[in-house]
Amino acid sequence: MDQKNVNNLPKELFKPLVRKEDTSEKISRPSRTFGQNARRTLFKNIPAMISLVVLILIIIMSIIGPFMNKYGSNDQNLDHAKMPPRVPGLEKVSWLGFDGTLSDELTGATVEQATQKAYMRFNNEEDYIDIKVISDGDGSPNSAEIKATYHIYKAKGLEDTYYWLGTDQLGRDQWTRLWEGTRVSLIIAFVAALLDLVIGVAYGGISGYYGGRVDNVMQRIIEILSGIPSLVVILLMMLILKPGMTSIIIALVITGWTGMARIVRGEVLKLKSQEFVLAAKTLGTSDGKIIRKHLIPNISGIIIVNTMFTIPSAVFFEAFLSFIGLGIAPPKASLGSLIDIGFDNMQIYPYMLVFPAALLSIIMIAFNILGDGLRDAFDPKMHK
Amino acid sequence: MSKLLEVKDLQISFNTYGGEVQAVRGVSFDLNKGETLAIVGESGSGKSVTTSAIMGLLPKSNTQIKNGEILYKGKDILKFSEKEMQKIRGKEISMVFQDPMSSLNPTMKVGNQIAEGLIKHRGLSKAEAKEKAIELLRKVGIPKPELRVKQYPHQFSGGMRQRVVIAIALACNPEIIIADEPTTALDVTIQAQILELMKEMQKDTGCSIIFITHDLGVVANVADRVAVMYAGKIVEVGTVDDIFYNPKHPYTWGLLGSMPTLDDNESEELYTIPGTPPDLTNPPKGDAFAPRNKYALEIDTMYEPPMFKVSDTHYAATWLLHENAPKVELPDAIKKRIDSFLTKQQGGNKQ
Amino acid sequence: MARYILRRIVYMVITLFIIASVTFFLMKMLPGSPLKAEDKLTEEQKQLVLESYGLNDPVPVQYVRYLGNLLKGDLGISYNFDNTPVSDILIDRLGPSMQLGLYAVLVGTFFGIILGLIAAIFHNGFWDYTSTIIAVLGTSIPSFVFAGLLQYIFAVELGWFPVALWGEPKHMILPIIALAIGPMATAARFVRTEMIEVKGSNYIITAKAKGLSNLERVWKHGFRNALIPLVTVMGPMMINLMTGSMVIEKIFAIPGIGEQFVTSVVVNDYPTIMGTTLIYAFGFILILLVIDLLYGLIDPRIRVTGGGK
Repeated sequence: MDQKNVNNLPKELFKPLVRKEDTSEKISRPSRTFGQNARRTLFKNIPAMISLVVLILIIIMSIIGPFMNKYGSNDQNLDHAKMPPRVPGLEKVSWLGFDGTLSDELTGATVEQATQKAYMRFNNEEDYIDIKVISDGDGSPNSAEIKATYHIYKAKGLEDTYYWLGTDQLGRDQWTRLWEGTRVSLIIAFVAALLDLVIGVAYGGISGYYGGRVDNVMQRIIEILSGIPSLVVILLMMLILKPGMTSIIIALVITGWTGMARIVRGEVLKLKSQEFVLAAKTLGTSDGKIIRKHLIPNISGIIIVNTMFTIPSAVFFEAFLSFIGLGIAPPKASLGSLIDIGFDNMQIYPYMLVFPAALLSIIMIAFNILGDGLRDAFDPKMHK
Repeated sequence: MSKLLEVKDLQISFNTYGGEVQAVRGVSFDLNKGETLAIVGESGSGKSVTTSAIMGLLPKSNTQIKNGEILYKGKDILKFSEKEMQKIRGKEISMVFQDPMSSLNPTMKVGNQIAEGLIKHRGLSKAEAKEKAIELLRKVGIPKPELRVKQYPHQFSGGMRQRVVIAIALACNPEIIIADEPTTALDVTIQAQILELMKEMQKDTGCSIIFITHDLGVVANVADRVAVMYAGKIVEVGTVDDIFYNPKHPYTWGLLGSMPTLDDNESEELYTIPGTPPDLTNPPKGDAFAPRNKYALEIDTMYEPPMFKVSDTHYAATWLLHENAPKVELPDAIKKRIDSFLTKQQGGNKQ
Repeated sequence: MARYILRRIVYMVITLFIIASVTFFLMKMLPGSPLKAEDKLTEEQKQLVLESYGLNDPVPVQYVRYLGNLLKGDLGISYNFDNTPVSDILIDRLGPSMQLGLYAVLVGTFFGIILGLIAAIFHNGFWDYTSTIIAVLGTSIPSFVFAGLLQYIFAVELGWFPVALWGEPKHMILPIIALAIGPMATAARFVRTEMIEVKGSNYIITAKAKGLSNLERVWKHGFRNALIPLVTVMGPMMINLMTGSMVIEKIFAIPGIGEQFVTSVVVNDYPTIMGTTLIYAFGFILILLVIDLLYGLIDPRIRVTGGGK
């Protein structure tokens, strides 16, 4: 606005402003509660939401998966041992690996020599082995190369049989065992996480809230316990307990709860001295009400997040223990024991390792991403 | 007096999730050689953003400088490349920050932090720079500087750290020192010491100072001229006397009125400003201060007031200065306040 | 500082004593003896064997002897392996385990730091997302799955590396990579967060206001402050690594402590299990102590106040 216009402004504008309402205290932003903000942040986090969906699907499959075909988890049939995966429909797409064939590339001095090797590899069922020559070779060692494809289902006269994920060394259906194993792994993880949560929150909460001598004694106990490396404790526990789900859960909880207890204690100590709690106290609010109304809502976020990270670490430890032969023992299956067997057969029957290893990895990744998402959601700095 | 720095119609916006925040909306001022300009305003008024723009410290990712120029010795430094700016920062214009606790690198010896700029800008050797660092520490009043130079920031108290920060700012004899609320984070007794130190340093080196504060009490102590900022604009600018004895903008009245003084008697009410500053993602039409202004006019809701000239040194942006505006008397509380300033000053002079 | 170290060492000895005792009594609760069913010994011969292991003495006597032997570094005699002393077995196996662990830590943290710094410098850019994905995969996927993947692709299918065993450098590459991925991901994640925080800190703005260039700021002020706290996650990281090494050694048939443990579990060789457990416990505690002291040494804030916690 230049000087000339300023001088030509109508006079009637220069009278005191009559206000319709007091606008000086207007708040121009919608208000949301912390929970709403957290939920909004989480729902907007696409990787976390995908992980959640994937986990729900895996949990559903671990319940219904074993009933989706006619094989039981412990139906041994040595004639059907180590059958490769075969899925109706998908079997026609050979590169997917669900066509029910075993194949390998073999080398020899000549094509014939390589072919003989192939026959030996695949039970001498010459009629059912397709040989594709990759290079003819010149007679020098390993110059000829062939690709042999063994139609094992046909060779065994099982044209109408389908093992979706193949069978193991005892002819048990891998699909059924995979989902039963997942169920076992997840139950162990969830129960262990839940027990960690209950014990940890109670212990940490009492220690932090009452403080003083109670806190002192309880903290010394935790200090001694966590001075002992948890791996050592878990291994010792697994040695003296009978292998099985309960033992793994006990071993995991014995070492696991201290982490939660420390976090909860720290948070409670921090919150306890904050003004709003002091204000509630000065107003005569009872202990119980302070815990319910002020402490729990404020620490629930950190508890949820911590639990969310306990689950994948429990899944890992179960797999780890079963893998080194201290966890779930056959005939029961778990992801770890399936992977252990898979490793023994990896060179010729890689499918026995691939599926349980992939599923274990997916579960771990999904829980970690979801945990990260929850941590962000409960972090006010991340609210947009 | 020669103009060292001229800021002309500077407009700066931030892109945030909530939309574009117009933090600085057309700010103009200039700084003469050897003078101290205080920029006063409440938090969010854009005073720190303005000075950060002068230093080129605004994050590039979400800042837009929409308009305006910053002329340092006649050259627009907004157009400078990052390389050219690096030669300005620390050497020509340096800065003292608000929080001495966090503005020093915790894992680097204090001496090295002072020496860094000297090595970079003056091309001193490490040993020379260290000598100079000791000298600077002595100059800013740190006892046993030979010992202190080898220590880490956490071994210094808050006030001592701020002295170190000042030493860093002074290291290369800059033309301008920007002090961004340098005393806000300090205890009151330390505040006075730091202000005294800055005044002394200015006398010594003849540099200009831009002093950002929200505390008018500090302003009276150190400044030659004062610019009052509100909602990203300068609403009144003048010499210290202009602002303290002849304030024209109702917002300035509010600031003066909110200063508690010792001799307030109980019957006297503080003159306060109701409400909160406007949301700058969506600045109101007309005068941004109108919703909080007891003396608002109809025109305030339509047009932004231009700068009206009060005297050669004194300008204010309020429609109350327009010839057609009704005559508004200074509120009594402010009058009394000004009277008390005057008597105090005369009393001071007599002593 | 000296007092602090002393106190920590006393704590360490107490913890070790507790672990040794607990291990001893737990092992006493378990069935299992040097006698093997297939050996078909007469009662007299059995007694002789038990006598030679000192198993006929009352448990408290055995306990005191066990502790005394521990002080001398004697971990007892294995029930298997031709009755070799456990300490001899373990000393031979310490080398490969330590080699594997050390290389994995070095390789993992080195690449983790680089990955984390790249992510922080290009915050919210392509490299940031890439390194974040690598970090999530690396922290989530167990090392034995990685080991299987590497072993299958590079040893079985491509034949670039031997499938298993130990000794030459070519044996070491796959296990080290498999074991290093975990620490790498942890370090990358941590360094990224720290560096982003440091980049936004006031002292970096001070450095900018001094006229330092971006590179100088990151190099002189950023790195040190972002990397020092990395030491705090080194403890948990090393513990995960030792857990991981147990399975990695099994998968690649590396003659290390972990592989020994797994084998001993299968054959119920209790003296060896006890010995390995103690070695692990000692390793864990020693590493935590060293890391704690290291942190005090490199962070000036802790150095002077004398090791706060």
